[in-house]
Amino acid sequence: MTDAPHTPRRPASPVSCAKPAANISAAMAPLSLPTPDGSPAASPMTSSKTNAPVPSHVKQQVRGVEHMAHDAAITPSPSSAFKPKRRRVVQGLGTSMAALSLGGLATQTAEAASSEQSPAATAQHQEAGTSARFFTAAEFAFLTAACERLFPEDDMGPGATMLGVPDFIEGQMNTPWGRGEKWFMSGPHRTGPDNLGYQLPYSPRQIYRIGIAGTQAWVRQQHNAPFESLPSTTQDAILTALEHNATQFDALPASAFFEQLRSDTIEGAFADPIHGGNRHMGGWKMMGFPGARADYMDWVDRYETPYPYGPVSISGETG
Amino acid sequence: MAEKTLPPVDAVVVGAGWAGSIMAKELCEAGLSVVMLERGGRRSTAKDGAYPASIDELEGATRYKLFQNPAQTTVTVRNRLDQEALPYRRLAAFLPGEGVGGAGLHWTGVHFRAMPQDLRLRSHITERYGKTFIPDGMNLQDYGVTYEELEPFFDRAEKVFGTSGEAYTVDGKVVGKGNPFAPDRSDDFPLPPLRDVYTAHLFRKAATEAGFHPYAMPAANASHPYTNPYGAQMGPCNFCGYCSDYACYMYAKASPNVNILPALRQHANFTLRSNAHVLKVLLDSTGKKATGVVYQDAEGNHITQPAGLVILAAFQFHNVHLMLLSGIGKPYDPHSNSGTVGRNFTYQNITNTTVLMPPTRSTDQFIGSAGGVAIDDFNCDNFDHGPLGFIGGSPLWVNQAGVKPIAGAKATFPGAPRWGSAWKKQAVDTYRHAFTINAQGSNMAYRDVYLDLDPTWTNVYGQPLLRMTFDWKDNDIRMNRHVVSKLDGVVKALGARDVHYSMREPGKPFDVRDYQTTHLCGGAVMGDDPNTSALNRYLQSWDVPNVFVVGANAFPQGMGYNPTGLVAALAYWSAHHIRTQWLKGNGGPLVTP
Repeated sequence: MTDAPHTPRRPASPVSCAKPAANISAAMAPLSLPTPDGSPAASPMTSSKTNAPVPSHVKQQVRGVEHMAHDAAITPSPSSAFKPKRRRVVQGLGTSMAALSLGGLATQTAEAASSEQSPAATAQHQEAGTSARFFTAAEFAFLTAACERLFPEDDMGPGATMLGVPDFIEGQMNTPWGRGEKWFMSGPHRTGPDNLGYQLPYSPRQIYRIGIAGTQAWVRQQHNAPFESLPSTTQDAILTALEHNATQFDALPASAFFEQLRSDTIEGAFADPIHGGNRHMGGWKMMGFPGARADYMDWVDRYETPYPYGPVSISGETG
Repeated sequence: MAEKTLPPVDAVVVGAGWAGSIMAKELCEAGLSVVMLERGGRRSTAKDGAYPASIDELEGATRYKLFQNPAQTTVTVRNRLDQEALPYRRLAAFLPGEGVGGAGLHWTGVHFRAMPQDLRLRSHITERYGKTFIPDGMNLQDYGVTYEELEPFFDRAEKVFGTSGEAYTVDGKVVGKGNPFAPDRSDDFPLPPLRDVYTAHLFRKAATEAGFHPYAMPAANASHPYTNPYGAQMGPCNFCGYCSDYACYMYAKASPNVNILPALRQHANFTLRSNAHVLKVLLDSTGKKATGVVYQDAEGNHITQPAGLVILAAFQFHNVHLMLLSGIGKPYDPHSNSGTVGRNFTYQNITNTTVLMPPTRSTDQFIGSAGGVAIDDFNCDNFDHGPLGFIGGSPLWVNQAGVKPIAGAKATFPGAPRWGSAWKKQAVDTYRHAFTINAQGSNMAYRDVYLDLDPTWTNVYGQPLLRMTFDWKDNDIRMNRHVVSKLDGVVKALGARDVHYSMREPGKPFDVRDYQTTHLCGGAVMGDDPNTSALNRYLQSWDVPNVFVVGANAFPQGMGYNPTGLVAALAYWSAHHIRTQWLKGNGGPLVTP
């Protein structure tokens, strides 16, 4: 934990996300700040929730909880894991997208899937102060639209866009996990029955790079337009086709790409907001999860009374 | 990379988890100079369990912060002998630990003893049902140690772990409302049981109405402040729900880091080296005596640590891997059913049934501890297997250790929506109103289920990966289905809105993609016969008598209970016999075959 002043992460403005594609403006429109709360008012961490004797080393930690909940000055800045670490301009698909065909994809490798970022898109990223992002503007437009269909805004609560899920996934690309450093990646890579698990040579970054390029090329062939510009019913049909493995992008089955996207979308909706998603704990409020409260000493055996308090983030933010 | 040989020590212990910490403490008390080698980094509650940063579901249970990184070394898996095994590239089905404390830092804390019948299962089944009751291809064996022999060591482990529970009998007298199927005890639990969370309370009530015998699960989570025999202090569990996959910020869950290492560090004759990955045990020219171990340090140097006594106390399959890499014992051959190292590899047979309560009831699944409520009516041989024709059993329980929203939202029912608004609605409903009843059953040992070295893939140290050949067998599938079907009466009594039974499906192979449990067992088992066990009843290698191999690798077959309580008792049992017999002898075998 740092003792840097609290710098709350703002929801990204449309510009910082993926301005260039005008046709995604509709998808980005709901990005106004959500009203802080529609849920019951949260009580702050109360002091002395337990009367049981506590060893001194535990007491110290309990005091830390109370202090943190009331004192924004010691709340941590957003996780360093979320700060993009890569300084070189990320290569992406940009203008080469249209040149891709399904036949061309068949011979693509993960590395070759990277091509030069269009200068315009790079400039826009830098203008928004978000250099060294992994996803190109075009990729991010796809990601935003797809996540929103997987986790749509509806009467249950906010959707993926409002929760910052695409930003969360962007952040995860710049972690050891995103680079495939937490998976056994050594060859040879052979295929086998599904129940023996993941055998592809791709890291999460590569799954996204190849999967987005492949999906967009596939969608353009069928609809002559990018995914993000299509009506939501068509987007849902495309995602269903990916889920059911209707095609393959190089060695990447469409279903493997879909499962990565689904898994990461859920993580972005429900991980602590310090990782960039679950903005204002909107995902937690919907689920009824109290987050980092993590002290239910007084609630264990109140069997007919649902737990009443709203969530707390690791950062100290309450909801 | 440099090579270096260190001054010799009396004993080297491989692995700083529960087994290694217990063995090191006992050997230090006996006056030996002890070096404990841990492949992972230093870990402590103060650092890895610091609130609130530690209770982060993404880092903890999703990115596996405290677990072994398969990029370094992993295993390969196949279901059948005629398949090519493939690497376990992403952690999922089982989650081996790493770092000081091992899996003991991020386990849940369910702390059982063993059933007496489980420890002598071949003898027991033969006596009650006859030898022909044992199916062809099942390598059913006895442990070679009885419950009565182990009882003082179960008791010792509970006192060190600060275990909360409720006894049924002590010295033959009924003393409480504990598990009526449990064997007799010499003393009560050191702490009273944890309170029932709401869902455990519901299960207790419904199981009673259904005619079963519910009891409070024994948990190494302190229900009250506690000081153990080593002087280590535990705080009271506050039901935060971050047990499994996390270091306990309340110091309430027993771990080597909280309960043993602070005392172990007081011994001047103790040295802990972390980031020390043991590559192999070194043997002398006869192959009958270990001379020490060689390990790779963080800088890539190969360090030889000579020692008079070698304790392998790494995770179950790492112990087997090290034996195979070092040439200790004869590798198992499934075709001839001969050899012992890799033989009788087992898992645990778990399925989870989800009960959906009416919308007026919030199940508050985020509240949790290692406690809960169980029934043993269908565990072990507590019911008549005669008409059923299978061996083994399964406790049923509600062990709500805190369900967090990422895991909650990812779990869906077969055929249900997996994304979009319909899924969202269902995910929220399930998270708020459902709970899980686990059937955690035994897994028997079979001739064609085993461990050996993979012919194709290697780890970052250039060594062949361990290969697992594992599948579910008819006996265990039928056992699971029988026990889960017994939940019908419980579910009716619960007044549930809906139920999603989960049972093992015939023909559906073991799947590495779904988390099941890290309760892997066997592969270097204990026993009375050197032809069917790699270790004698004191966990001493039959082949290299100054090597002891401590862990769940020693279980000849799986049981319904969680393994840690038995691992700890076996460690104290083994250490006791090293101290009282082996150190006083000539370093030879404690058992003559």
